Amino acid sequence: MESQDDVEAQREEMTGTSSGPVRMGEPTADGRFGAFGGRYLPESLVPACQELEAAFRAAWAPDTDFRRRYRALLKDYAGRPTPLTDCERLSEALGVRVLLKREDLTHTGSHKINNVIGQGLLTLEMGKTRLVAETGAGQHGVASATAAALFGLECVVYMGEVDTERQELNVFRMKLLGAEVRPVGSGSRTLKDAVNEALRDWVASVETTHYCLGSVMGPHPYPWMVRELQRVVGDEARAQVRALLCGADPDLVVACVGGGSNAAGTFAGFVDTTARLVGVEAAGGSAIGRGVPGVLHGMRSYLLQDEWGQILEAQSISAGLDYPGIGPEHAYLADAGRATYEVAEDREVLEALQLLARTEGIIPALEPAHALAWLVRATRDGSVPAGSTVMLTLSGRGDKDAEQVMAALR
Amino acid sequence: MSSGTGARPGPGGETPGAWRPAAPLAGGVAVEPALRAARDGGRKLLVPYVTGGLGPGWVDVLRAAVDAGADAVEVGLPFSDPVMDGPTIQEASLRALEAGATPAAILGSLASIELPVPVVAMTYYNLVLRAGHRRFAKLLVDGGVRGAIVPDLPLEELGDWGPAAEVGGVETVLLAAPVTPDDRLAELCERSHGFVYGVNLMGVTGERKSLSTSADVLAKRLKAVTDKPVIMGFGISNPEQAVAASVNADGVVVASALMRLVLGGASPAQVGDTVAAFRTALDKG
Repeated sequence: MESQDDVEAQREEMTGTSSGPVRMGEPTADGRFGAFGGRYLPESLVPACQELEAAFRAAWAPDTDFRRRYRALLKDYAGRPTPLTDCERLSEALGVRVLLKREDLTHTGSHKINNVIGQGLLTLEMGKTRLVAETGAGQHGVASATAAALFGLECVVYMGEVDTERQELNVFRMKLLGAEVRPVGSGSRTLKDAVNEALRDWVASVETTHYCLGSVMGPHPYPWMVRELQRVVGDEARAQVRALLCGADPDLVVACVGGGSNAAGTFAGFVDTTARLVGVEAAGGSAIGRGVPGVLHGMRSYLLQDEWGQILEAQSISAGLDYPGIGPEHAYLADAGRATYEVAEDREVLEALQLLARTEGIIPALEPAHALAWLVRATRDGSVPAGSTVMLTLSGRGDKDAEQVMAALR
Repeated sequence: MSSGTGARPGPGGETPGAWRPAAPLAGGVAVEPALRAARDGGRKLLVPYVTGGLGPGWVDVLRAAVDAGADAVEVGLPFSDPVMDGPTIQEASLRALEAGATPAAILGSLASIELPVPVVAMTYYNLVLRAGHRRFAKLLVDGGVRGAIVPDLPLEELGDWGPAAEVGGVETVLLAAPVTPDDRLAELCERSHGFVYGVNLMGVTGERKSLSTSADVLAKRLKAVTDKPVIMGFGISNPEQAVAASVNADGVVVASALMRLVLGGASPAQVGDTVAAFRTALDKG
C-alpha cells in the first residue's frame, strides 16, 4: 500500500519536468508550470478566474490599449524605469560587483506597484468596482490602496493581527489612501490567514469585486498574470545591465522570495541567459527547502505542512516573507534546476541591512535584505566566487521597517 | 458494533414507500442508492454535519444525529485553512486540530462503530494529496466512509482523485454554485456521485438570518438536469429554512447551526433534539 502510493507520489513529482531549455512562458491550459500551479478553488470562484484569465489574455496581447495605459502609468505615475545602481563601496566590501535594481525608488516604495496598476486597470476592464487584497508587510496593501484611489475603486485590505501590530505605519498609510483595513484574528494571524479571509470575502462579493492578489501565487491565472505584470523589473534590469557591461549578462541574479513576485519578475528577464538565478527565502519560511508539495490557496506548490497536510506557520522577522508556501513557478524552476533557493536567518538579515545602509546610503526593506544577507554569506564562504557580477533586486525601501529594526537592534 | 439498523427511529415510517435503511455493508453504506431510496420513498433528505474530533463526545453527537432521523451524515476532517468555511466551522476545525484530530484518528473512531446511514467525509484537498490518493480512499472506506466532499477540487482538478476514489469505492460529491453556467452544471451533475451538493449562496458556510434567493433558483436548475439526489447546503440555520430550501430540492445539509451548539457545550442529546426538530419540520413539509 505504502509503496504504491510512493510510486504515485513520485510520478506526480515528475510530471512536466522533462529536460529542455527552461522558459518562463505561458503555463499550460490548466495553469500548470511543470507539476505545479493549477486552479484548486471552490466552484463559486471558478467562473471568476475564467473571466479574469480571458480578460488578462485579451489585455496582454501585443499593442493593446491596456498595454499602452499600463506602460504610461508605470512611467508617469510610478516613476519607471527604476535605476540600476552600481554599488562601489558595497562591491569593495564583498569582493563581487553588486548592481542593485532599485524598486525601492518606485512610487509607494516597492515593486508591488507594478502589479496593482495592471490589476487595477483590469478591474476597470471587467467592470468591477471593488478590490480586496491581502497583505503581509503592508506593501501590497499600500499599493492596492494606492491603485484603488487612482482608479476610483473601493478597497478592503485583509491583514493578520500580528502584522497590523508590527506594521502600524503601513496600516495608517492604507487608511489615509481611503482603504479599509480588516485585521485577521484567525489561524496564525499573518499573511496566510489574510489570504484565507480575502478568499472568503471574494466568494461572497465576486460579482462586483476583483481579488487583487499580491504575489505569483494563488489559482491560475494569478501566478502567470502577476509574473507578467512584474517582468518589467527583469526586462529593464537586463537591458540596464547589458548597457553597463557592454552587452554582457551578470553571473548571478538574486532576489528575495516570499510568494515570489519580485523574484519571478526579475528571473523572467534573465531566464534565457547563463546567469545563475538565486531566490532567497526566510529561514523560518523556506517552502523550497523544507516544504512538501501540497495544495493551498488555489495552487499546487511546495508548502510547509505536517504529515497529515495541516499547514504550518512560517516564522520570520519580515512580515512579507512570512508565508508557508511559494509561487508554483518557483517550485517548477527549483525542480527543473534553473533556479536555486537559499535561506537567510533573521540575524544576518539585520547585519546585511546595516551594511547596505552604511556602505551605500540605502536602507532596504527587511525582505530584500534577505537576498543581500545570503549574498554576503555566499561571498564569504566562496560559493559566489570573488570578482563575480551580481544583479540583486532591491524590492523595497526600509522606511516601513525602521521601528521594528530599531527594536531588534536594541 | 451492536447498534443495528433497528436503532434508527423513522418518523413517518407509516407512509407507503417510506424510507428503509440500507443494510450496512462491509465498509459502510453506499451513498447514492441509500439517498435515492429515501427520496423515492417521498422523504426529504436531512444530512447533518459533525466536525470529526471536536470534543471527546463527537462520535456520540454523530450517533445522536443519526438516531434523530438523518438520512446520511457528513463528517468533517478538519483542515488548518478552511477557506470555504465561516467562523463556526473554522472554530470547530481549529478546536478539533488543537485536540489532536487527524484523519486516521477520526476514521479509526468511525471504523469502530456501525451506522445505518451513509457517511460522507468533508475535507480539503491537501489532506487527500498528503495522504496519497489511493491511500486516502482506503482510509475512508476502512472507516466506513463511502462519500467525499472536497470543495477546493473543481471539475478541472478531479483528475488524480476521481479515478482513485472510484476504484477505492468512494463516491465524490461535487458542489454546484449559483454562478455555475448551464453547460458546466450539466457536466458537474454527470460527474458527481452520491448526490449533487447545491451551494445555496455566494459565500462561505455559516448561519444566515434568511435563505438566499439564489437557493431556489439553483435547486430548480439542478433538478432540471439531473435525477441524482440534489441536496442544498450553506446557511441553513433553522427548520423553516430547511423546509424552504428543500421545496425544489431533495434535501438539506445542516452544519454550522449544529456545530454552534457543540461549541457552546451542548450534549449529544441536545444536538439530537435539534436534528429531530429539522426532521419533524421536513416530514411535515
